[in-house]
Amino acid sequence: MRGANAALGAAGLAAFLALGEAVPRLGLVKEAYFPPTSRIADALGQEVTEHAFWTALGDTLTGWALGLAIAIGAGVVVGLLVSVVPYLREVTASTIEFLRPIPSVALIPLAVLLYGTELRSVLLLVVYASFWQVLVQVLYGVQDVDPVAEETARSYGLGPWARVRHVLWPTALPYVMTGVRLAAAVALILAVTAELVIGAPGLGARIAVAESSQAVPDMYALVVVTGLLGLLINVGARTVERRALAWHQSVRGEVAV
Amino acid sequence: MRPFLLRLFFVVALPALLVALWWLASDGSTNVYWPPLRTILRTFPDVWTSERLRSDLVPSVLRLLAGYAAAAVVGVALGTVIGSYRRVRAVCEPVLEFLRALPPPVLVPVIMLFAGIGDTMKIAVIASGCVWPILLNTVEGVRAVDSVMAETARSYGITGMARLRSVVLRAASPQIFAGLRQALSIGIILMVISEMFAASNGLGFTIVQFQRSFAIPDMWTGILVLGLLGFLLSVVFRLVERRVLGWYHGLRAVSRRSP
Repeated sequence: MRGANAALGAAGLAAFLALGEAVPRLGLVKEAYFPPTSRIADALGQEVTEHAFWTALGDTLTGWALGLAIAIGAGVVVGLLVSVVPYLREVTASTIEFLRPIPSVALIPLAVLLYGTELRSVLLLVVYASFWQVLVQVLYGVQDVDPVAEETARSYGLGPWARVRHVLWPTALPYVMTGVRLAAAVALILAVTAELVIGAPGLGARIAVAESSQAVPDMYALVVVTGLLGLLINVGARTVERRALAWHQSVRGEVAV
Repeated sequence: MRPFLLRLFFVVALPALLVALWWLASDGSTNVYWPPLRTILRTFPDVWTSERLRSDLVPSVLRLLAGYAAAAVVGVALGTVIGSYRRVRAVCEPVLEFLRALPPPVLVPVIMLFAGIGDTMKIAVIASGCVWPILLNTVEGVRAVDSVMAETARSYGITGMARLRSVVLRAASPQIFAGLRQALSIGIILMVISEMFAASNGLGFTIVQFQRSFAIPDMWTGILVLGLLGFLLSVVFRLVERRVLGWYHGLRAVSRRSP
């Protein structure tokens, strides 16, 4: 069953690539706009031999990882604090609801003015965008805590810290992991966007350069690289999620008693 | 039920405090980049006159709505087809995963090649970025339609459009809305970015224009407008969702109360 699905998937992928080869070759789309798969692959082969490509990839990953780490740390700490301290959640609810939908790209002009094309402007956008993903999930997660478990821990005399550690955190963890997975994808989008629009060094900036110098196959090759990067990040985030939640019902599945 | 005043206090206390802090902290600011809030607010009505609202805000929002609507139609339609047939799903899955993983803004230069720099390009960019979360969530939702329900519908002779509308799409609608919500924020991002690249009007264009001409208070008002727009759209979305998914939220609330 799994094997059959994998074979069908591979067939689909092959068909997709073949379509990409055939459409420009048959003249359905101008080659100048949409080069055939083989030429994109050539350009990709060329890219990976270049030192500058790896530097750009490193820059993108640095912005992504650093921004994501800051966002996760801040999101978890703020989320736990807001939900543990009495009344804080109610007081902050309207502010969070207001700030969350503000598109982080609105901050692009500000980032340019403040930090120019430095890493810091990428971080500003990445952290702002991914922080909310984590924070909101932490808040949902803490809300999901079973009141009976909470009361039980309280009546056993567990202190606030122990309650966070043994009751709150395990309940909230699946939500936190969802938040981390979403934030990882959003962080990549914003990192590449910042490079593309602001010109901070990285894959996005390289795409912008390829575009303006009419190096169309290179541009497609770089776009493919960002897609593969996104794919890796998704798969990686899911693996981390499964590992961290190995004990949890949703991953363990039903165990026959 | 809490008294109304107390609830009102919880809603406005922190925003009021933050605005007051911003006002006080920036009041004597001589830093060009952080103008006093007083100046920003005074500039606001001058910049966002009805003229500019018509020439910049309206085109932006129309493009966003056009692209978003196109993505919703295509996403739900394709998603229903892919979700309904196991084999089609298996064939499409890896390609869809890849397309979804593509950071949508990299599509801006690609689509610029095809569609130039006009409105078509912007709508296409928005649609091509928004379509993936809607499509994939629809696939998941359609796939997970309760088999008992599907069988029941079949034995009652509910087929064709009626089956699609009142069984499949109805059952998938919570998932579809989750996708639509994700797509909304992607849509706003793409709207702004496509206008930052090449445009002669629109919110993104205007804000970048202010930044380049060092009209900093004007730029700040632009950021505020974008923030307000994002907030308003999410409120409207929530209202629509609450109407359409009222039955679902009611069901969940009941099942939560009686486990």
